[in-house]
Amino acid sequence: MDYRLNMNRLNQLFSRKKNNLLSIYYTAGYPELNTTLDIAEALEKAGADFLEIGFPYSDPVADGPTIQHSSEKALENGMTLSRLFEQLADLRKRVSIPILLMGYANPMIQYGVERFCKKAADVGVDGVIVPDLPMYEYETLYADYFKANNLSNIFLVTPQTSEERIRKIDELTNSFIYLLSSSSITGGNLNVSVNIEDYYKRVKAMELKNPAIIGFGITDSKSFSKACEYAAGAIVGSAFVKLLGTEEYLEKIPGFVQSIRP
Amino acid sequence: MKYGVNEQGYYGDFGGAYIPEMLYPNVEELRQQYLPIINSDGFKLEFEQLLKDYVGRPSPLYYAKRYSEKYGANIFFKREDLNHTGSHKINNAIGQILLAKRLGKKRIIAETGAGQHGVATATVCALMGIECVVYMGEIDMARQAPNVARMKMLGAKVVPATSGSKTLKDATNEALRDWIGNPVDTHYIIGSVVGPYPYPDMVARFQSIISLETKRQLLEQTGKELPEYALACVGGGSNAMGMFYHFLDDESVKLIAVEAAGKGVDSGHSAATTFLGREGVLHGSRTILMQTDDGQVVEPYSVSAGLDYPGIGPQHAHLYKINRAQYVNATDDEALQAGLLCCQLEGIIPAIETSHALAHLEKMKFNSDDNVVICISGRGDKDLDTYIKYFGY
Repeated sequence: MDYRLNMNRLNQLFSRKKNNLLSIYYTAGYPELNTTLDIAEALEKAGADFLEIGFPYSDPVADGPTIQHSSEKALENGMTLSRLFEQLADLRKRVSIPILLMGYANPMIQYGVERFCKKAADVGVDGVIVPDLPMYEYETLYADYFKANNLSNIFLVTPQTSEERIRKIDELTNSFIYLLSSSSITGGNLNVSVNIEDYYKRVKAMELKNPAIIGFGITDSKSFSKACEYAAGAIVGSAFVKLLGTEEYLEKIPGFVQSIRP
Repeated sequence: MKYGVNEQGYYGDFGGAYIPEMLYPNVEELRQQYLPIINSDGFKLEFEQLLKDYVGRPSPLYYAKRYSEKYGANIFFKREDLNHTGSHKINNAIGQILLAKRLGKKRIIAETGAGQHGVATATVCALMGIECVVYMGEIDMARQAPNVARMKMLGAKVVPATSGSKTLKDATNEALRDWIGNPVDTHYIIGSVVGPYPYPDMVARFQSIISLETKRQLLEQTGKELPEYALACVGGGSNAMGMFYHFLDDESVKLIAVEAAGKGVDSGHSAATTFLGREGVLHGSRTILMQTDDGQVVEPYSVSAGLDYPGIGPQHAHLYKINRAQYVNATDDEALQAGLLCCQLEGIIPAIETSHALAHLEKMKFNSDDNVVICISGRGDKDLDTYIKYFGY
């Protein structure tokens, strides 16, 4: 069967819902090794529209202290890509919203990119975000594996990304574009200045074929609703990972989602 | 050049620019600008003048008489230890600060292991009156305290890297994070032939002065410009690449790079990357690195902070894979003994990094008329504490 003829869950979501989309990131294996699916299930029940599950890496250069810490802890707990795929074997029995895997290139390359893509498709993953996998290498080495398994590869755009490059990213993408609120590592604050608004407006005016989702610096309902003025939705990462570091975090998930998108 | 970088930034299977989008504009700007700038007459003039008048180049090529007698070959020391700031690192720092100035950058960041690159960077920033921030692993700050003080005296801010192994790889992570957050006004002076393209090529070009001079000096002293062997220690591999650069296309020259075996390659406390590593991605390039089956970077170990790095530059990975250069290793003990021997036979206290290259002479067999050049990449003043503790002076 040719997967490419099918819309994956991400495409279905974006064609059904055009705004106020809420996505949550968390690191698999943090704070406990085996709660990956419990957290996903709780987030879906609480109303999250799609999720990014991070596979941890020892040297996460694009991440701030919160996600660095969660990655270190997850690795200490014994999380590996193989273990994550074992945990995700029951994913589609328990969770129906779109799921992306997010991490760095080296663990994926060691696992084998073709094997990674097949495995991800097998367990029902819809897309992948690998911030340090460049466009040239993706196109020349790996794009066929992603396409063969109907996986979306998500690219990042920053305020410094040129219009020409944004067009190219839009062309290579078939789900959404990850719009960074600023050039920063994760866990910073969203300081919506005049310049940033100009940048959001500039991207919006380009009328890209893919929806944009804003990430980095989304911590509360104020920054979430601000982001939704310019994009189809927003992603919360560090703020949620901080919550996972507290007691009885599973019980707190509905309240957290409510606080971001009342 | 047969072994040079291609247009996509690759050396065979290695290299490229595996960077998050946040770094793309910075790296792309460098990629477009570095060759036009460093090949311009104005740049060349200023670079050569500073290397001559400020660094003290050319560095001597010294015929090491007692070493030659001991090992039964003509052994020459390329004296990078005599450079201003005490190592080869200054060659690259001068080149990159001149480049940064021409790119209009107002702030410099750098990572450092042994502190030699940090000192070199702090020095050129003082020279040019540019703000300087150096990231250094917390553990390295303790074992190279004199260099930390030197950087501060030179006006640099030294920021401890407290994540991971708290050594060079983590200092590099922190510097990359800083650059992500300061994409417009900051230039990152990477100290070795590592990182995303164009860094490996750019740093190799700035360090290639080492082999360029060596060739001329050998011709003057021996009547032949090509040696039988060229040796250097390798962590990331900048002094080795500088020493190999102009010999790469002369296949008769045997190139030998000496990695740090730490307490032994099988001890679990080692930094012998080609021996213990596999292909993967580290700090923006596809190369050989020490890692687990799951692709997590392994924390290396060496007595020498400058070689305590889990990867090697992509060009080295290529030279290793195609067998153009030989990659060997020396343990902490072998290096420290070789360092002491160099003091006692030649009156030169080498950096512990350099001592690894010297240690390999013990394992080589020479013909009596072989010419052997060895890069004395740095001086050992910064390592006195380690030498003193080890030998009990």
